Amino acid sequence: MSIAEKFVAMEYGPAPEDPKEAVAWLDGHERRFGLFIDGGWQEPAAGEYFDTFDPSTGEKLASVAQGSAADIDTAVRAARVALPKWRALTPHGRARYLYALARLVQKHSRLLAVLETMDNGKPIRESRDIDIPLVARHFYYHAGWAQLLEQEFPAHEACGVVGQIIPWNFPLLMLAWKIAPALAAGNTVVLKPAEFTPLTALKFAELCQEAGLPAGIVNIVTGDGSTGEALVKHPDVDKIAFTGSTEVGRAIRGATATSHKRLSLELGGKSPFIIFDDADLDSAVEGLVDGIWFNQGQVCCAGSRLLMQESIAEVLIAKIRDRMSTLRIGPPLDKAIDIGAIVARVQLERIQRMVAQGVEEGATCWQPQVALPPRGLYYPPTLLSNVHPTSIVAQQEIFGPVLAAMTFRTPHEAVELANNTVYGLASCVWSENINVALHVAAQLKAGVVWVNCTNLFDAACGFGGYRESGYGREGGREGLLEYIEPKWFKHAPKLSSAGGGGESALLSTAAGSGEATSDESDKSSDGANVSAIDRTVKLYIGGKQARPDSGYSMEVRSSDGRLLGEAPLGNRKDIRNAVEAARKGAAWSKATAHTRAQVLYYCAENLAERREEIVHRLAAVVGEKQAAAEMEIGIQRIFSYAAWADKFDGVVHNPPFRNVALAMNEAIGTVGLICPADTPLLGFLSLAMPLLAVGNTVIAIPSEKYPLITGDLYQLFDTSDLPGGAINIVTGYVSQLLKTLAEHDDVDAIWCYGDEATVAAAKAMSIGNLKQVWTNEGRTVDWFDPKQGEGRWFLEHATQVKNIWVPYGE
Amino acid sequence: MSVYQHNSDLASVTRKSVSGEAQASNAIAWLTGRSLQRNSGVPLDLNWIKEVRVNTSAVERRAQTQVARRTVKKDWQAAWLLRAITCMDLTTLSGDDTDERVRRLCAKARHPIQAEIEQRLGIEALGIKVAAVCVYHTFVETALSALEGSGVGVAAVSTGFPAGLSPLAERVAEIRRSVEAGAQEIDVVITRAHVFGGRWQALYDEISAFKQACGPMHMKVILGSGDLLTLRNVARASFVAMMAGADFIKTSTGKEPTNATLPVSLVMVRAIREYAQQTGMAVGFKPAGGIRTAKQSLDWLALMKDELGNSWLSAELFRFGASGLLGDIERQLEHHATGRYSAEYRHPIA
Repeated sequence: MSIAEKFVAMEYGPAPEDPKEAVAWLDGHERRFGLFIDGGWQEPAAGEYFDTFDPSTGEKLASVAQGSAADIDTAVRAARVALPKWRALTPHGRARYLYALARLVQKHSRLLAVLETMDNGKPIRESRDIDIPLVARHFYYHAGWAQLLEQEFPAHEACGVVGQIIPWNFPLLMLAWKIAPALAAGNTVVLKPAEFTPLTALKFAELCQEAGLPAGIVNIVTGDGSTGEALVKHPDVDKIAFTGSTEVGRAIRGATATSHKRLSLELGGKSPFIIFDDADLDSAVEGLVDGIWFNQGQVCCAGSRLLMQESIAEVLIAKIRDRMSTLRIGPPLDKAIDIGAIVARVQLERIQRMVAQGVEEGATCWQPQVALPPRGLYYPPTLLSNVHPTSIVAQQEIFGPVLAAMTFRTPHEAVELANNTVYGLASCVWSENINVALHVAAQLKAGVVWVNCTNLFDAACGFGGYRESGYGREGGREGLLEYIEPKWFKHAPKLSSAGGGGESALLSTAAGSGEATSDESDKSSDGANVSAIDRTVKLYIGGKQARPDSGYSMEVRSSDGRLLGEAPLGNRKDIRNAVEAARKGAAWSKATAHTRAQVLYYCAENLAERREEIVHRLAAVVGEKQAAAEMEIGIQRIFSYAAWADKFDGVVHNPPFRNVALAMNEAIGTVGLICPADTPLLGFLSLAMPLLAVGNTVIAIPSEKYPLITGDLYQLFDTSDLPGGAINIVTGYVSQLLKTLAEHDDVDAIWCYGDEATVAAAKAMSIGNLKQVWTNEGRTVDWFDPKQGEGRWFLEHATQVKNIWVPYGE
Repeated sequence: MSVYQHNSDLASVTRKSVSGEAQASNAIAWLTGRSLQRNSGVPLDLNWIKEVRVNTSAVERRAQTQVARRTVKKDWQAAWLLRAITCMDLTTLSGDDTDERVRRLCAKARHPIQAEIEQRLGIEALGIKVAAVCVYHTFVETALSALEGSGVGVAAVSTGFPAGLSPLAERVAEIRRSVEAGAQEIDVVITRAHVFGGRWQALYDEISAFKQACGPMHMKVILGSGDLLTLRNVARASFVAMMAGADFIKTSTGKEPTNATLPVSLVMVRAIREYAQQTGMAVGFKPAGGIRTAKQSLDWLALMKDELGNSWLSAELFRFGASGLLGDIERQLEHHATGRYSAEYRHPIA
């Protein structure tokens, strides 16, 4: 076609990015890559390799080592050996390496972008303009955290050797999200890239060499699911960070239950994209393009569920169709392509299968008339309308360029539909009315809410999900917390067994509490004969005392074996009732921080009022000295959390856009609490109070050793204006109640403080809805020491961060 | 931006006007398969103005990424640059303009590319020339005689350009004088104060009066986007201008602090699309001021193509208002023809 003919046609011609540098790099390695372990390249132990392909052509790009359990072991050892030196380096020393990595990513940005596009199939525009710049930004940002680590996180230390497993949709970006914070915090890393997309991670390994990063700090072990499994199960790994599917996340939770590995999971999503009738509709349509038609829809936070206000549905659908018709689908290395290739045949088939099923279930499928390239793995942009919440395409993650559209009538219904999912990763709200937008944003169960924008990311803003979209955050201060631990906790001794420990061990460290308690104990012995009338302690559910469903009781004995009384023996149904009551405890979760503070102060006041009788009874189990100390410090602890209630604020981030990103600390929701055995009063208060302070509702199982404390506690809560359902107490055997509580799908988190076996059980049983699990890892916590027993660490676990992005401008 | 509610009377009137096969024969454009007529205006519908929604950040983002999403290379790029020339209103609007200066400009308008480059590109048969020459009223006759027989139009800026603040009667009279002098296109400026004051009826009446004075000649309505400042104001003014019968809406005078930008253009282009969808009538778009590089001209062409379609890639519905753009395009075309980067002095000036 001549220029004159092209002048008439006015079509886009081909605009290919030249891949020759990337090809030269591959050829320079003879298209064969080993494992990057201990600073050098190694053949895989079993000598096995697998191939990685360009999904847009089907051509083999390279052979890559299949890492085995033996290779993982070698890599973990290397990381372990490297750890002490890396940790001993000054913060500034680590910052310089991260800074060097950021610079190197920039210097090799085009090679990385081209390589990413070849391996993954995503348009070069995206790898060049979005992925790689964000990678560099992530290293810059975390070079900063490395520098500031000791100032900002005193008395913390790195988790240790971290195993990281990343997905194929943003290969290098996910690597950056994992490696940058891990290194900044002083961890060493074994990372397994996705089987479909290992190449940029291998190039990154070379950048680590170029940066002079000491051997063993970063190890890259390529392989398939079995390689990842070996990493997850390796006994010498201290933490696992995983991004990928919810199914695999669940398996990882199960596999790590009996270990002390910390876990952060960034899993699937079915994110709602809500458009109100007062939105800028043309811009909202572009938002969809950046949402569901970004990276071929293979994005965990893709706005895949379109919720449109009924009054605009027809107009909007027409606009979306028109826009879909101008999307250009084709070779991803072409600089003027919007939609590239699907990563692998298995993924393409999954998309085809799910769309077919959606249509079978009544959805109307619309695709623009676009010619797909004759070879390679492509799927056209697809709009499914007439979708109902019951349809598979409204519930399950498709991970393809497929938008499922539904309508709503009111903001209330929009929220209801948006939250009608097991996921909670991201969401979009489009409205020109800031009242509507922020009101809805506050109610969405999602880690990220984009107001009038979509798929914006920045290293300063934490990213991560609610519900089965996982737990933990990546990016921001909260992301760094996933890679450090309080020093004392890391080195805390193991609890000997349930009911072990004992008074002296705990109290010996409770400095200063001795004097205060000595005259208290005199007084309590005075009243020793007063409580002669039999006390009946009940369960406490929904603000009311309740008899146990079983009709049985458990004996409670003193330290010297005397029968002190009987506590109700709770069962499954009592837990069910307690969870229902907690879920209904909206009055508490909606109360203002100031109100919560007032109620907690009042609790402290009322506890102090009844100090003597409670200490007297408790003394029979834990001894007078400890009982008095538990009371004294318990009152202080309530005061602490009353103080915190209106001070644990979020922050406003400054990502490099004209935008405010509001990082709000939100209550997790309904939390199950297994209280420590040895400190029946103080242990309960130390855990229930931070949960309550930030607005959670709680189902607590008190110390099995002294469940009678329940009677004192509910009297306290009743007299302190704590609304019904805020806290619910079910006494009984932890071994029996934990299962129901941990498995309950309407419980959002479990805090379990017990011995190793109990803690492992809590983790293993939580996988049903992937609730967050926070435990003492079977270690002793000195509740009498405020450095261990209270503070931000507890509040951070009692909340999850929601980032609300609000661009502005007129 | 969106206008999704409209006056039902208006809708029925306009739908009638585009129904029937016969109408398609006088179509001046197509939009997503639908034929469109030349704009004859519609009664002022304030609902359109009230329902305007423009999210500035989102518009800016789209404008930013649109440029990164599209590019043309090699022969396609040469073809697109030639197209840009044919959509150009070659402009001189300075206090120091003289007849001789205007004649020089007209000579360039007739032969925007050197013959040798045309031969190398193999495009002699296309007869590439600019769409029009844009001058003050004073030079309309000079331009007409200089361009006689060339097929290049003459556009006159009018209505007290650039401020547009002389008495209405004088502004209307100015249009009439230019039309009588033979100008085929009239670029009028609106009273920006009407926009700030929300006096939509007054704005509508003013533009309607201009339209009447223009008669069959093409009217380009300059919104003064650099003065209006907000994108919502730009959108509202766009709708009023189109309802009042504008053949083109034009961003700015070239005399404002900022002139044609991609976000402003996107908002106006979306308004044109909305208006076309609601009324079946096509309005042209003219970004003016600040477009100086070949690369920029490609960005705007891609914007038109993606947002409105190929009908808006010809002089009928798309113009660049520019004085310096042609020089850079020539240099790029020479580079394309010879493989060597060119220098400004190698091309005859306008």
